[in-house]
Amino acid sequence: MTDSTKPEQRSEGTGTAGALRGVPEEAPGPENPTPESPSDKSVVRLGDRIFRSVATGSGIFVIATIAAIGIFLLIRAIPSLQANEVSFLFSREWQTGDPSNLRFGILDLAWITVASSLVALILAMPIACGIALFLTQYAPRVLARPFAYLVDLLAAVPSVVYGLWGALVLAPVISPFAVWLNNNLGWIPIFADGNVPAGSGANVFTAGIVLAVMILPIITGVTREVFARTPTAHIEGALALGATKWEVVRTTVWPFGRNGFIGGSMLGLGRALGETVALTIILSYTYTPPNYSIFDAGATFASRIALGSAEFNNNLSVGAYIAAGLVLFIVTFAVNALARWIESSSGKGKE
Amino acid sequence: MAKRLDIKDLNLHYGKFHAVEDVTLQVQARSVTSFIGPSGCGKSTVLRALNRMHEVIAGARVDGKVLLDGEDIYAPSVDPVQVRRTIGMVFQRANPFPTMSIRDNVVAGLKLTGEKNKKKLDEITERSLRSANLWEEVKDRLHKPGGSLSGGQQQRLCIARATAVQPDVLLMDEPCSALDPISTLAIEDLIAELKKDYTIVIVTHNMQQAARVSDQTAFFNLRAVGEPGQLVEIEETGKLFSNPNQKATEDYISGRFG
Repeated sequence: MTDSTKPEQRSEGTGTAGALRGVPEEAPGPENPTPESPSDKSVVRLGDRIFRSVATGSGIFVIATIAAIGIFLLIRAIPSLQANEVSFLFSREWQTGDPSNLRFGILDLAWITVASSLVALILAMPIACGIALFLTQYAPRVLARPFAYLVDLLAAVPSVVYGLWGALVLAPVISPFAVWLNNNLGWIPIFADGNVPAGSGANVFTAGIVLAVMILPIITGVTREVFARTPTAHIEGALALGATKWEVVRTTVWPFGRNGFIGGSMLGLGRALGETVALTIILSYTYTPPNYSIFDAGATFASRIALGSAEFNNNLSVGAYIAAGLVLFIVTFAVNALARWIESSSGKGKE
Repeated sequence: MAKRLDIKDLNLHYGKFHAVEDVTLQVQARSVTSFIGPSGCGKSTVLRALNRMHEVIAGARVDGKVLLDGEDIYAPSVDPVQVRRTIGMVFQRANPFPTMSIRDNVVAGLKLTGEKNKKKLDEITERSLRSANLWEEVKDRLHKPGGSLSGGQQQRLCIARATAVQPDVLLMDEPCSALDPISTLAIEDLIAELKKDYTIVIVTHNMQQAARVSDQTAFFNLRAVGEPGQLVEIEETGKLFSNPNQKATEDYISGRFG
């Protein structure tokens, strides 16, 4: 290829038009003493190269940061995990005060974390879906905008405020309902007696409701975006067939946006799993192990770490908390990745 | 089945914009009427007013009467959903429901009316696809997504979907403008066949197409940009293209403007 082009270059190099045509192949050729065109090109290329390296660098930086956090957690957790006297995954103990006798397991932390997040998800998903449908399909435009803004504002409330509100305002209000559920549906294991009285309010039930409010704007925001992207052609197609508003939603908006809704819910789940301050305030800390009921109290991964931070005085004890943090990191990372993946496949039914 | 349309003093607005002014015309049952005219003259807007799709757009308003065999579809007691079930529509871009199979697309309208009998739905699927000249091409893959078909096939699928509910009138909004000549020919042949059973109104930018498929042609125009569109004349197609009554029509069809 190079052999065949070089003679051609040389023959055209004498002509003025040849200088233009030959530019891409000319650059390495030493026999072409045209100073302007290579410098012109290198200016363009420089900007290109800078932009490209900035963009690539930013990308690498993010990945490196996440990897560094993961590696940090892993390195600090391993010695403590090796010194652990009980099973890390299945033990219900959490004794980290004595570095020579570490006994810590995440089973109860996992229960409280997952249970409160699932309660939140079960409550928030239908409401978020309803709000998103209302905002995109039913609300008059004058109303939709301020209303959407209001929902977004929920995300701006600091989580410590949610914690205070949950513990001081919500808990007393809902405790009669919690007692009623416990008395009447107590035969279902998740409504059975927990490790604190159902009426205390400082339990997973209250925490889940507060978390539901906290993740509502995330789920609503994503779902609203996806629902609003439903192609007008599909909506009009359904309308022209004589579909009612609800039938339009069912035949076009929902199939189109379903994955986005699920993805948004997963994002909300990731947020709920990692929530710290609000749950630290709401959940009362107890040494009685939980009873796998939503009226349990205790600590989540995140609130356990926050509660223990005062005792971070030797590396082995700290390592136990870091190990718990590592689990939370992996779980939320996986949930978020899943969320993005589901969300990105939304509306793919087209193909 | 096939009913006639009488449009009387139809005025259409988008918010404050007066889009179409004082349109009065008749469409006979079992005939093809084409609407031609330059872009923005309101022909699609008029078409959308005929099955109450115009009012779906925020701020849109309709004045005047559209009579379907003498009954005003804009009467206060009339449910627009019911109107759209009796006056079907095919759009410029084929819009099969992407998440539904070919079969489900065809019977989507029937399912909305509550029809659940599988045997009947299968029969209607076959009949509608046959009448849309699509059956032979898709009969082995009825459960594949509607989006897996070619553009022309998708448009015929949409026609099958519109005819599956056996409407009184079939409205077509530039049904061939996104299609190649061969698919266009297939649709035009189809229109000629559907004319036996349906009243058809078609909007087209292609004057040859109007001349080929329609019995009567309505020419719409607007005096200037920002002014409302008007019906200039409606005539038997052969006469309109050979000897129009209005100078504006002649200028348009002879390519002097537009």
